[in-house]
Amino acid sequence: MTLTEIRPGAVTSQGIAGRGPWQLAWRRIRTDRVAMVSGLVVILLCALALAAPLIAAWNGHGPDDQFRDTGITAQGLPVPPNGEFWFGTDRLGRDLFIRVLYGARVSLLVGVVATGLAALVGVVVGLLAGYYGGVVDTVLSRLMDVVLSFPYLIFAIAVVSIAGPSLSATIGVIAFYSWAAIARVVRGQTLSVKEREYVDAARSMGAGDFRIMFVDILPNLLAPVIVLTTLLVPAAIVFESTLSYLGLGIVPPTPSWGNLLSEAQGFYRVAYWYLGFPAATLLVTTLAFNLVGDGIRDALDPRMERLFSRRRRTRKGA
Amino acid sequence: MLLEVSNLVKHYPITTGALVKHVVGQVKAVDGVSFALAPGETLGLVGETGCGKSTLARCVAGLHPVTSGSVRFDGADITNLPRKRMRPYRRDIQVIFQDPYGSLNPRRRVGSIIADPLVIHRVMSGEQLRRTVQELMERVGLNPEHYNRFPAEFSGGQRQRIGVARALALRPRLIICDEPVSALDVSIQAQILNLLKDLQTEFGLTYLFIAHDLSVVRHISDRIAVMYLGKVVEVGDAELVYDRPRHPYTNALLSATAVADPDEAERRQRIVLTGDVPSPIDPPSGCRFHPRCPRAQEVCSSVEPQLEGSAACHFPIEVVV
Repeated sequence: MTLTEIRPGAVTSQGIAGRGPWQLAWRRIRTDRVAMVSGLVVILLCALALAAPLIAAWNGHGPDDQFRDTGITAQGLPVPPNGEFWFGTDRLGRDLFIRVLYGARVSLLVGVVATGLAALVGVVVGLLAGYYGGVVDTVLSRLMDVVLSFPYLIFAIAVVSIAGPSLSATIGVIAFYSWAAIARVVRGQTLSVKEREYVDAARSMGAGDFRIMFVDILPNLLAPVIVLTTLLVPAAIVFESTLSYLGLGIVPPTPSWGNLLSEAQGFYRVAYWYLGFPAATLLVTTLAFNLVGDGIRDALDPRMERLFSRRRRTRKGA
Repeated sequence: MLLEVSNLVKHYPITTGALVKHVVGQVKAVDGVSFALAPGETLGLVGETGCGKSTLARCVAGLHPVTSGSVRFDGADITNLPRKRMRPYRRDIQVIFQDPYGSLNPRRRVGSIIADPLVIHRVMSGEQLRRTVQELMERVGLNPEHYNRFPAEFSGGQRQRIGVARALALRPRLIICDEPVSALDVSIQAQILNLLKDLQTEFGLTYLFIAHDLSVVRHISDRIAVMYLGKVVEVGDAELVYDRPRHPYTNALLSATAVADPDEAERRQRIVLTGDVPSPIDPPSGCRFHPRCPRAQEVCSSVEPQLEGSAACHFPIEVVV
């Protein structure tokens, strides 16, 4: 597949520009249509989530405004999608489209912040465990095992019953569950990278442990960390929805995809849109994130066996 | 003497047991090696793969802790110094590694790799740093405009030049060359060796030069030390060791080197050693070379010959003058 990068015609005398590993990865991912479309979907979702207040102001429907005249039928049921309410309304006559957008703000925020925190903790813990080995490794690795074997719902219920359901508690619980997965991968990679000769070279020059860990080893682990992080974002979004659905995460009236689904479950026979649109948005979001993650993985590691890849390239590059 | 290594021993313990580890043996990688290096001198260290020469280099460079013995640099004992106290000596002792692919971080740009020692020791920064790095690149025969490239964009020989530039950055006094040309094509080997020689005269460098190829070492060394199974078996002037070896092992090693002249090659007698190199976990008693030595007698299996004069051998080859 890398054959497409060698274009003899394009090489001019000064055109043999140095391309770093990241540039090469970018060129590869640009040819990956699925990843590019998914990336656009993710960007569009983020833009819509950010612009939610603007959109609300533009059509005049606040997330908590109840439209008792137009948003509720004579029988007191939600109104199906129409020109005024694109996704229909909910049981209180609120605009579902605006609520899904506001829900996206919460879901994406939780997903990204929780995964970011998890990545930060995971990278540091994994590096320390892998680099120092010995007792440090044993202690940190057992800690990861403990976290990974925790029953997360019981833990979440316990946290919520002590701290009360809130945005920060949700982020905390999700981050607490995600860091160990990253730390494990980082630890394993560190074990292999630290035996490389350039690490010895750094040590022979007098570099300290932290410089070796963060300047010499970390750049070589960024690829798996980025892939894992992109794949953990949708997991965190689903996790948040689960918690909110159970009433342990984001509490109404603040909309989140989880509590929208929870409210809608009594109405799915009479108002398909009430359950359908939040569920579809959640599905599209997680799917797009996962496909982007797969694309990044393929782009960063072209040598990786594509046995389990979702597509096989049979077309020859033009 | 700039570098004095005396009775250096490096054993790696072999452990078993999952929970409670206990030592069941020792890999005697380096077992009592002494030598000294005068300023401006090049000592070539040769021996087969696995004889402990790389371990010795790493011990001298302070990369591996030493089991016993001492390393003195410029009169100061630097054996097993803690990291902080070793730091000032690292400025003066640099290493060029064997593998031009493995010793350069693939994710970092060449400019920053060469700048590493200068940054770590906080010698300079900013524009001055960039200029110095580009001067270094030019000095070792690289295009200074390739400052922003990644190691993957260079050939093996160019990468080794990057390694040389990095080792040179701090203007060290001693450079430990751990098989710097073994991974290169023969034509490139000569270029790198000549570069190292030129740099030595220009900057007054001292080299500890490790190789498994005698002809490479002869080209660059003032003196040669031959290692076998963790011990130095012969040491002496490069020409002397090469032309008139005294230890049977050196003789065998020399007879195995390729000669360009076919007449000469025909005249030469090849000494083929029988058997394999014994395990360094359980080296032979007495002289370590005795099971494979064509000159071995009874005393060789019981009494260990000491390195007195040039060769550690009970029955050295007589030098015909």
